[in-house]
Amino acid sequence: MSELSTLTDAELVQQCRAGDTAAWNELVERFSRYVYAVCVKGFRLGEEDAEDVFQEVFMRVFTHLDTLRDDAALRPWIAQLTRRLCIDSISRSGREQAAAEPVEEDVAGDLVEIDEAFTVREALTSLPEVCQEILDRFFAQDQSYRTISAELDLPSGTIASRIARCLRRLRDELEGRNEPAQGSRE
Amino acid sequence: MHDEERLGELLRLLRPAPQGWVTAAQELPAARRSLDEIVARAEADREFREALIADLEAALEQAGYERDSRVLDELRQRLADS
Repeated sequence: MSELSTLTDAELVQQCRAGDTAAWNELVERFSRYVYAVCVKGFRLGEEDAEDVFQEVFMRVFTHLDTLRDDAALRPWIAQLTRRLCIDSISRSGREQAAAEPVEEDVAGDLVEIDEAFTVREALTSLPEVCQEILDRFFAQDQSYRTISAELDLPSGTIASRIARCLRRLRDELEGRNEPAQGSRE
Repeated sequence: MHDEERLGELLRLLRPAPQGWVTAAQELPAARRSLDEIVARAEADREFREALIADLEAALEQAGYERDSRVLDELRQRLADS
């Protein structure tokens, strides 16, 4: 895990503005899955349109980073930008004719779920690196126990129990975030 | 709030974007620097500017710039606007 991955969005924005290429790489890394999911799962864009929107989102973020009034508002800004560009893409391709109300409702529901997934992913970054790796490889990359075991050099018989343990830690982390007044989570 | 099964479902939602897309987005600052450099040179060097207008890709290749579709698109637009 790089030091940059522990920066807040606001800190990351400030470093990007200062011309730090590594910070920009981290910003793209941090939001790439989210933008991709909104395009492909949220708005169901085809690969080509999704790629165009994906690149346009980051182009605009890069170009207009100076105009962001609240550095901490990076995520809602990227979310709004991505949604707007997806809608523009659909309008250009004439798909709006097919966008009847139930479909729009589906999209809205999917976007809420993607936002929720992003929050879970943020919480994941608070877990030990081995947990991040195991959960990401198993759930987001569909890797088998065998592959995870080989790649992380862990006994294959322990992968299932590690996944269960890491999920519990993730749940605890999220519950802790939702109950800040409760004090220590340990 | 979340049971572990639900957490797994949510983790599955955010799959990695294709690596090529991520890399291209990460290369934006370099592409922007390249673009600014070309524009500055075109403003200062009339011959280079005319070569760009005549055949953008050939002029850039001759000047030693790497082919980048985003740089080409934006240069086309800027040259058309000017």
